[in-house]
Amino acid sequence: MAASVVGTAVTRVDGRVKVTGAARYAVDHPIEGVVYGVPIASTIGSGKITAIDTSVAEKMPGVLAILHHGNCGPLFRTASPFEQDSWMSESRPPFEDDTVYYYGQFVALAVANTFEQALDAASHVKISYREEKPLTRMSDVAEQPPVRSRYARGDAESAYNSAPMKIDATYITPTETHNPMEMHGTIAVWNGDKVTLYETTQGVMNHQGVMSQTLGVPIEDVHIISPFVGSGFGGKLAPWPHSLLAAMAARRVNRPVKVSVPRSLMFTTVGHRPLTEQRVRLGATEDGKLMAIVHEAKNPTSMIVDFMERCTGPTPMIYSCPNVTATEQLVKLNIGTPCPMRGPGRTPGMYALDSAMDELAVKLNLDPMEVRLRNYAEKDESSNLPFSSKHLRECYQTGAEKFGWSKRTPGVGSMRDGSEILGWGMGTATWDAYRGGSQARVRLSADGRARVSCATQDIGTGTYTVVAIIVSDKTGIPVERIDAVLGDSSLPPGPTSGGSAATATVIPAVAAASMNVIGELLKLAVITDGSPFNGADATTLAMSSGRVHKKGDAPESGVPFEQLLKLRRVAALEAEAKTGGAPDEDKYSMHSFGAHFVEVGWDPGIARLRVRRTLTVMDAGRIISEKSGRNQILGAVVMGIGMAMLEETIYDPRNAKPLNNNYADYLVATNADIPEQECIFLDYPDPVIGEYGARGIGEIGLTGVASALTMATYHATGVRVRDLPIRIEKLMANRAV
Amino acid sequence: MQPFGFTQAKTVDGAVAQSGRFVAGGTTLIDLMKLDVETPRQVVDINLLPLDRVEAAPDGGLKIGALVRNSDLANHPDVKARYTVLSEALLSGASPQLRNMATTGGNLLQRTRCYYFRDTNYACNKRQPGSGCPAIDGFNRVHAVLGGSENCVATHPSDMAVAMMALETLVHMQGTKGERQIALDDFYLAPGSTPDKENVLEPGELITYVTLPALAAGTKSYYLKLRDRAQYEFALASAAVVVQVDGGRVKRVRIAMGGVGTKPWRSKEAEAVLEGKAANEQNFRAAAEAALRDAKPLRYNGFKIELAKRAVVRALMVATQNA
Repeated sequence: MAASVVGTAVTRVDGRVKVTGAARYAVDHPIEGVVYGVPIASTIGSGKITAIDTSVAEKMPGVLAILHHGNCGPLFRTASPFEQDSWMSESRPPFEDDTVYYYGQFVALAVANTFEQALDAASHVKISYREEKPLTRMSDVAEQPPVRSRYARGDAESAYNSAPMKIDATYITPTETHNPMEMHGTIAVWNGDKVTLYETTQGVMNHQGVMSQTLGVPIEDVHIISPFVGSGFGGKLAPWPHSLLAAMAARRVNRPVKVSVPRSLMFTTVGHRPLTEQRVRLGATEDGKLMAIVHEAKNPTSMIVDFMERCTGPTPMIYSCPNVTATEQLVKLNIGTPCPMRGPGRTPGMYALDSAMDELAVKLNLDPMEVRLRNYAEKDESSNLPFSSKHLRECYQTGAEKFGWSKRTPGVGSMRDGSEILGWGMGTATWDAYRGGSQARVRLSADGRARVSCATQDIGTGTYTVVAIIVSDKTGIPVERIDAVLGDSSLPPGPTSGGSAATATVIPAVAAASMNVIGELLKLAVITDGSPFNGADATTLAMSSGRVHKKGDAPESGVPFEQLLKLRRVAALEAEAKTGGAPDEDKYSMHSFGAHFVEVGWDPGIARLRVRRTLTVMDAGRIISEKSGRNQILGAVVMGIGMAMLEETIYDPRNAKPLNNNYADYLVATNADIPEQECIFLDYPDPVIGEYGARGIGEIGLTGVASALTMATYHATGVRVRDLPIRIEKLMANRAV
Repeated sequence: MQPFGFTQAKTVDGAVAQSGRFVAGGTTLIDLMKLDVETPRQVVDINLLPLDRVEAAPDGGLKIGALVRNSDLANHPDVKARYTVLSEALLSGASPQLRNMATTGGNLLQRTRCYYFRDTNYACNKRQPGSGCPAIDGFNRVHAVLGGSENCVATHPSDMAVAMMALETLVHMQGTKGERQIALDDFYLAPGSTPDKENVLEPGELITYVTLPALAAGTKSYYLKLRDRAQYEFALASAAVVVQVDGGRVKRVRIAMGGVGTKPWRSKEAEAVLEGKAANEQNFRAAAEAALRDAKPLRYNGFKIELAKRAVVRALMVATQNA
């Protein structure tokens, strides 16, 4: 038997088309007769539109329509805006009425023959408002918001009050904007009553369902095409208003319409990670055993959607503690609608909780890793279920060994490299493991190639490569001869690329479809004239290395599959499969875990802090695609560096306009900010999640990075940053260093 | 963006005869036209003008054409060898792609990165004189602590110009009335009550080249830029120093700062404190204190005062290390 390709360093199957520019992203598709829609956004934070004067714009050359709430065609709401296949990011369709809920809300769309004409027309539409004072900060809302979510076990308040060691701190993470490289955009093409949307989406099936409902057309008349996605980070999980606008405008002007969201509006109309304010109280014994955790989280949301960031998600299960209370509150503000952003909830939540754990370690004069080990959760104490597979202790220990953690001296500023002061930190990573239902189709062709298709999508994470690897694993056909086809709602329904669930969800279906098509092939092998297996019992045959052969015999003894298809004079064989969640998922708590170790360098003379190296050890089940998997983790750590040290959407408190709404002023990490990075996969298959034991890894890499970096920063500088990002002025505030 | 006319000029005389906004690399003008901050009716492309040379000047200095690209200037052998501070400043600015387009003349004329200037939905005295300044009571972390007025506190964003300030660069211009030259320090205007008027250029007047004077043997220079991230960000504070040390004493020094002033900020006060003194950290600190003596913090940018001092001290330390 040839060695399996699973877990090997397979090069991305879509790599070549991407680096050569051949990959077509949403608005790249050449559509004959396409016209352009340029959105006009509100310039007030709250109020009513009192008049829209389109008289000048409408007469401008090439202008086809100026659409707004007063004249646009109907757009409907979905029946259940938070459920799969019905999930709209912003439940209110654009132009529903004359109300402005936030700065940068779409209020009109100029449609013209060329982009330039549409842009010019848009700038000549005069919109009058009756402005109201917007609520832009949580402190603008005087009354205490109700608790929307509450978890409790034991009596955390009493245990906290009686604990000999206490930590009570409030942590703030700022608004973050996803900022994928590829901006949101849609081309809508109507053909009679049917509509095709070229999209950039993390969920073609959900998008199809939403567009069917909002446009009021049968679902089979909606076709979503999204072959490549220039990243989503959660911002493209579900449709945003521009997609509806493109479809509505195309129906109105009877031409294909392209709407590309400009970067500046990416900060208001397509979601963000909301600011979070989290008070964490830890009560502990003198030897560092947790007695109580009280985690109170609050985040702002828009006036339109109640989006809860779920910061306390990991709190009941990540450390062992008898008394835990976790609450979450929402404050409605005049801001754009937030949505999940990579590692929603757990990323800011673990920043707060793990920061508090580190503060506890400092108070107890214990090593930060030791505090975590003393509170290691052997089972999920929130559900009382065993973990399906947990090797977090090994993550800590392997990481500590590789990083040289034992050489860490605890004193602030006590470690140096030349003139630079070093700071070391570490943190815990965690993410839930999910597996849902999916379908897939596999085709074996007489030209010697295989094809695998599914209406999921590759958002840059490596899904194309993963599904090709699984087909290769089952059939032995080399990955180079497997065509992976995704990102099209007409294919067998597949999962949304979200919640780090796509891999675990789609591979059982691909594996089953592979086995089904192999079954068809073996049946054919025993009834085909000229086949060496003609007349044999199909159950005595197998397929490996791309060949049909007798079970137990070497593949070389058999026949290439394409030869059997040629003998039978068929073009191809095809089979589908449909799979569901993990059979024993309710008997186990399924999570991935990891540990980050980071080193910062601090030059106090010029107040310069830079990351010097990072090491991550991941326990994320079996890794299917080693290269794209590593890329996910390292990329997430890059994002974590950005979150800890750079990223912040700055709203003007007067109107909630994002002031730094561009790539120059909204700082993400550049290559120059990224040091030596390492990632180690423990690679223990999860025995519960499925045959391959693979859990998703898209998000976990981001959790725990920010707290590791603030820990390292404290170690180097003596400044504990409790409100991200770490900024020069926060570090300079402590003149002692 | 508004519709505009577009012509190409082939000679300097031809260019200045046309009434229009000159475009070279376009990294500022086109950007701001997209935002409707700049709305020229006529744009004159000057990329064909013969102003793309770096040449030796008769006095031993360097003559740099206005169309020399930032990348080319940064990597020019004479600049790298003799005007290190300029090469370092250029390479710390923008991104490689922008530097490949941006020109020497255009860099001097960069507009500010003030959030409010760049958004036409806000009032801005620089954009619309008399309309007001939302930055003074707004989010002013990146704004100026030196040179601001009650009308404007926007910083000049250039790194190159800071180095050129420390190099005592001369700016050469040509207009319909002929040619003239002016010291870079006098080229820029304080915002005062007319923040829309950023420099002495008359309408239609074109920067043709700049000249760097020769530096005395043994002169060292250094540019240090401090900011949140390692690349592609404007300075929160920067320092350009050009220094000649003789027998452990500072014989001659030029000090300029970026990111803190409404214009590239040369500090003659700091230079005066330091000249003739021993080249040591204590004296560098005294010079830095003098450089920021008149600084006025706003709500969010007070840290820039100390940061700029540290930039000056460190830049002097590095420059004099091997002096």
